[in-house]
Amino acid sequence: MTNTLHRYSEHYAFERTSNPEPIKDDYIVFAMASRGLNDDNLVEKYRSFLQLALKHKPVNIGDATKGGILRPRQDMNPTAHWRRDHSPDPEQVIAGIEGYTTVAAVFDNYEAMRAFVAELECAQLGISINISAPMDDARRCCEETGITRHSVEYSIGFCGRVDKLPDGTTLELSTMCGHGMVSANFARKMVEWAKENRRTAEEAARYMARFCICGVFNVHRAERIIKQACTLNR
Amino acid sequence: MRIDPEKCVACGNCLPICPVGAIHIDPAIGRAVVNEDGCVECFACFRGMSKEHLNPVMVRTIRQIAKFFRFRFDPEPDICPTDAIIPQELTWPRIVRRAFSDPQVPHESTGIHGRGTAEVKTNDVTNRVKEGEAGFVVEFGRPGVGARFRDIQQVTTALADCGCEFEKNNPVTSLMIDPSRGLIREDILNEKILSAIVEIKTRLGQVPLILKKIRDLSRAVDTVISVGVSTRCDAAGNDALHEILEREGYPMYRGKTNLGLGRITHDTAQGKMQSAD
Repeated sequence: MTNTLHRYSEHYAFERTSNPEPIKDDYIVFAMASRGLNDDNLVEKYRSFLQLALKHKPVNIGDATKGGILRPRQDMNPTAHWRRDHSPDPEQVIAGIEGYTTVAAVFDNYEAMRAFVAELECAQLGISINISAPMDDARRCCEETGITRHSVEYSIGFCGRVDKLPDGTTLELSTMCGHGMVSANFARKMVEWAKENRRTAEEAARYMARFCICGVFNVHRAERIIKQACTLNR
Repeated sequence: MRIDPEKCVACGNCLPICPVGAIHIDPAIGRAVVNEDGCVECFACFRGMSKEHLNPVMVRTIRQIAKFFRFRFDPEPDICPTDAIIPQELTWPRIVRRAFSDPQVPHESTGIHGRGTAEVKTNDVTNRVKEGEAGFVVEFGRPGVGARFRDIQQVTTALADCGCEFEKNNPVTSLMIDPSRGLIREDILNEKILSAIVEIKTRLGQVPLILKKIRDLSRAVDTVISVGVSTRCDAAGNDALHEILEREGYPMYRGKTNLGLGRITHDTAQGKMQSAD
């Protein structure tokens, strides 16, 4: 799940702006077991984690080995071009868990994340739980739920050939799948299609989400970014 | 990865899907082709695109008629209409491309999917990074640029010269012929991958020095590097790393917080961990 560590925002811009807007719609909570230490009843623990998450209306949930609530299909037919089914399928994610993996839930508001974390503390699943989010929000969440932080990992951004990276809007979209499965070129294409009114921002976000194999792509944040790009507010 | 010329209809849908831009339409044959040297075998095109199983001749005919009338065909952008993308059987050394690029393949050395590292995500049960220590996650090629092991070795050898020790339970370390010198096996140096993580651990006091070293080294490599730094918090949940990074002027807006809710549930493992402490 390092794939959630380097989600780009203006805070990591190469020419930094003085007061970047805080990101208030992108919070990930994920669970990971360690082989030989706490991987007994693993499938049951992971399923419980995701079932608890569903109560707090996540915008995506995922199993790192199978995918998120939106997945590609191998059996499309030509009617898809007019009547594509974009409805998410969270039950498919939960039912598909088979063994060792990482499971994650993505929320578009702080309150939902905090409520989920509070519930996880009571559930005592025994597997490692991490928040991947703005550090101040994660810290506040721990304080409010009475949790003492165990360890922290900071993303301190990018260096080297940053001239090879795309523009900020594209990076913000494509780095929501840190494994790189949402390509920068595809993110750029989706923004252009939304600008040309060939697809809605919501549809464009969902096309991208299907490529994120562990289900941590935040479709709501993507939709907001695309809408802002369309109205030239970024 | 290859594209079957018998099936491909040159719709172009797969071109922007490729994370490293290794697919293009060859005008000489009117089909999409994969640049084998550039392809990192991430399987994003094969697995990520939905598939129709249409007759290629029919699709080409429709596309030619539409093209003649200058009609814009507006298909779904994430579909391969004729299921033309075909994975190849990979052999050594090319197989390392997939191991480091396809997140669905678990790394043999660690058994972990994705980039194969646990960092501090399971630190509450492994105690890998202790109080007063810093764990570095130096990731090459991310986001979306890709890297060759030759570039990675350029940095690992320099870090080894500084006395850095590489995390043993890490996929890149498992490919080193001499971890004390940061040397990676010769036969994979030219292999291109989507990204790979090198992990090192130092005392907290060395963080500024190591970060500066990584920044300096990054100027000499032909890829981008993403850096993460971690530590264990004290009994009150405070971390000394924040102050160090703030003082040095590094951005640290986002990150991961291990909540400490994990516990060892295997009796035998519990005994081992206690004796190790």
